[in-house]
Amino acid sequence: MEKIYSRPIGLKKSINGYCPGCLHSAAGKLIMSVLEEFDLLERCTQVDGVGCSANNHTSMDVDSIGSPHGRPCAVASAVKRISPETVVYTYQGDGDLASIGLAETMMAANRGDNITVFFINNANYGMTGGQMAPTTLMDMKTSTTPYGRHAQEHGYPMHMCEVLNALTAPSYIARVTCIDAANVRKARAAVKEAFQHQLDGKGFSFVEFVSNCPTNWGLSPIESLKFIKEKMLPEYPLGEFRNR
Amino acid sequence: MEKVFMKGNEAIAEAAIRAGCRFFAGYPITPQNEIPEYMSRRMPQPDVRGIYLQGESETASAAMLYGAGATGIRAMTSSSSCGIALMSEVIAWMAGACLPVVICNMARGGPGIGSIQPSQQDYFMATKASGNGGFRMLVFAPSTIQEAVDMMYRAFDLAQKYMNPVYILSDGFTGAMMEPVVLPEMRSEEFLAAERKKNEAWAATGRKGAARSHQIGAGQRPGFPRAPLEQKNKADWEMYESWKVNEVEYENYKIEDAELIITSYGVSARIARSAVDMLRKEGYKVGMIRPIKVHPFPEIAYEQLDYNKLRGILSVEMSIPPLFYYDVEAVVRKRTPIATCLRSGGEIIERSAIIEAAKKLYGDK
Ligand SMILES: Cc1ncc(C[n+]2csc(CCOP(=O)(O)OP(=O)(O)O)c2C)c(N)n1
Repeated sequence: MEKIYSRPIGLKKSINGYCPGCLHSAAGKLIMSVLEEFDLLERCTQVDGVGCSANNHTSMDVDSIGSPHGRPCAVASAVKRISPETVVYTYQGDGDLASIGLAETMMAANRGDNITVFFINNANYGMTGGQMAPTTLMDMKTSTTPYGRHAQEHGYPMHMCEVLNALTAPSYIARVTCIDAANVRKARAAVKEAFQHQLDGKGFSFVEFVSNCPTNWGLSPIESLKFIKEKMLPEYPLGEFRNR
Repeated sequence: MEKVFMKGNEAIAEAAIRAGCRFFAGYPITPQNEIPEYMSRRMPQPDVRGIYLQGESETASAAMLYGAGATGIRAMTSSSSCGIALMSEVIAWMAGACLPVVICNMARGGPGIGSIQPSQQDYFMATKASGNGGFRMLVFAPSTIQEAVDMMYRAFDLAQKYMNPVYILSDGFTGAMMEPVVLPEMRSEEFLAAERKKNEAWAATGRKGAARSHQIGAGQRPGFPRAPLEQKNKADWEMYESWKVNEVEYENYKIEDAELIITSYGVSARIARSAVDMLRKEGYKVGMIRPIKVHPFPEIAYEQLDYNKLRGILSVEMSIPPLFYYDVEAVVRKRTPIATCLRSGGEIIERSAIIEAAKKLYGDK
């Protein structure tokens, strides 16, 4: 019988550390399966941001660098320039990438560094207990917006794909989600495309995963998927923003 | 060996290249701009083929250095005072991750933006707390351009030996002046390739068939399985303690019959040395103790003094409040009076002021 599905070999048979129902692990699994398909597991370096992404090193069996909070794009830029034969990618949350590390993200993108960036947008700072992130939706309650996110006080959700799309250098920018099988297929295709851009030496590639945080959203895993569909996706439209 | 006439910052950069530095990241700040500028020129040249990367901030530059360190290449950054302060989180990460990198501080006045003129107000930051978590580094304090060049050359070897960042604490004076220096030999391609090959045992540049994937991170010793943090910190402490035996460096200048000791480091010691010479000419029995590394602090130099013979110690530095002074005070333990001669905020210490302070402490000949 033909085997059509198995655990990606890049994932250790250990507990991954993410909360039940968290789509962080779905993104990680896709990345590992694409690296396997491209035969890159032995020649890639993952740069993890600080946040829930720091769970990755316990489950992902690839060379990795734990980066200071927000700095993965700077770390990855250096590694890639020193070791161009290595496929270098970052894995970052929204606090990490879009708040404390915004300068590093923008500048690596603007330099067109030949790295791939995976961005997990769960609309809050998951690891530290669900505080407001730049990506928090309007009116959304978080542990630091107990009365909801209001424009006058907190401004508006930040759209990283759209922001990066204003730059000249990036070569691939896409937003995906893993809420259902059809979307997982599209997400996997985007991960593949992003790595292909790096392999082709085209420069900065970026994939945003519109994700969930059942624990801090106070929703069951199933409810959190519904929340993504009904609330997150209207704010963060899916699709390819750039592919050249 | 041939002497060349060079500006301090450029000589330091060239020495780093010759030591095998093949990655530099930095952000503009006076008075060290000639270092990144020189690196940007030199790195792409065919005899170097290294990488220069301008960071978007000191934080980013330090993070780039962290990434470079994780590849096992010889790498450095330079900055000045408030720029180094901005790097401090990542410096702690590099110490936590045991990465063999070099950090060069061409210090200026402070606190905060302070002044662009030379100063020694970063002594505590360099020797005691360059970031969170209580790590330590070897800290060199060059007194001349030649010394800065020689230290830079050795810094990379020591970083690699101890798998720990090494820190050069210099100042805008040494960076901006010009004097003749002998540059060290260029490290061979073979030497550098062999070291990178060796570092592949832990570098995070792709697994390449290794039995285990490599993880670099604060709290993790490269090439070793993750251990409890306390265990790692204890091992680091043992290394810091070993430096007290193996890495102490200082200079005794004319101290044999000295009744008064001037103690100073870095560029101030250069001025203090000439004050010693002048005082000697006038018949004062004066000598100097000069830490060459300011961490580990050369306590032994002060322990070896005959306190029955001493009239006092004059501690000289370009910092108000004094900082170096407290390390001297801690080892002298009130066995003799200690006076200070200080400038701050970018003012250069004057030889005449040192002479005057020394005479006051010395009393009648
Ligand atoms: C310099 C610094 N500031 C703050 C923290 C604390 N911290 C740890 S995780 C985290 C939140 C990260 O949130 P995000 O990037 O959104 O990722 P998530 O956990 O949601 O996946 C913060 C603020 C830190 N480790 N370092």
